[in-house]
Amino acid sequence: MASFTVGIVIFPGSNCDRDVFWALEACLDIKTKFLWHESSDLSDVDAIVLPGGFSYGDYLRCGAIARFSPLISALHEFVKSGRRVLGICNGFQILTESGFLPGALVANKNLNFICDDADLTVISTKGNWFNNIDQKRSIRLPIAHGEGRYHCDQETLKRLVDNDLISLKYNKNPNGSIFDIAGITNERGNVLGLMPHPERACDEAIGGIDGLHTLKSLII
Amino acid sequence: MNQFEVKVFIRLRPSVLDPAGEAIKSASGKLGVEGIKSLRIGKMIEVTIEGNEEIDIKEKIELLSDRLFANTVIEDYEYSIRKL
Repeated sequence: MASFTVGIVIFPGSNCDRDVFWALEACLDIKTKFLWHESSDLSDVDAIVLPGGFSYGDYLRCGAIARFSPLISALHEFVKSGRRVLGICNGFQILTESGFLPGALVANKNLNFICDDADLTVISTKGNWFNNIDQKRSIRLPIAHGEGRYHCDQETLKRLVDNDLISLKYNKNPNGSIFDIAGITNERGNVLGLMPHPERACDEAIGGIDGLHTLKSLII
Repeated sequence: MNQFEVKVFIRLRPSVLDPAGEAIKSASGKLGVEGIKSLRIGKMIEVTIEGNEEIDIKEKIELLSDRLFANTVIEDYEYSIRKL
């Protein structure tokens, strides 16, 4: 049997694909394969990461144009099959624009591009993306975004709360996100979108390892 | 075949905070212009498109606006169509 392989999608303008590659291959010894956005053959990957960056220059809206790539079209079947998809930062924006996750990401309340470490509370165990089986847990992950303010209507927010879809909340809201939301999953739990960067927190040498579990949990 | 000029206006929904609009409102005050109660930024997309009837154009622009130009989670749109 072929070893478990994580596909890392590259759009024109992606810039965290190599960070994800490093975190998976070097820190976790997980096999990866780069997938160009025009590829629609996802048959030989077992999970997918949509990395951060500025896909298609973030023209129109962040993640808006990536939605029309052949790979994203193929992703619908992939998600339906139950395989796991992790969208980080711009990847999260793509997941909302493409309808895999509800809501939208808009400009930070203070208009600054925020590059910082964020203290976060893991809320949900859905999908087991975080190491919080027994309790809420605090983790620290880097954030780097200009448009990371999560927005949704009240009805959607109620659905997120009622169905335990809020994975991650900011302890100190940096960008004005509704309900302090930093990451959410779909109902099934196999799709996670988050603004913080777990791939940048996979080695003590660069400031922490709180991101390891999330990347490791691509294999389930 | 006729040509039509379409202007699509996209605005953040009233419920969505527009920090960029707030920043410009603040700068407007610094320019000495008083009395601005609200200022919000939108986008305008101009399209020149071929078609037979205005009704066909309307259908295409609706599709484009709803699926691409605007994200209706956060934005509203309206448009005008003019035969050239």
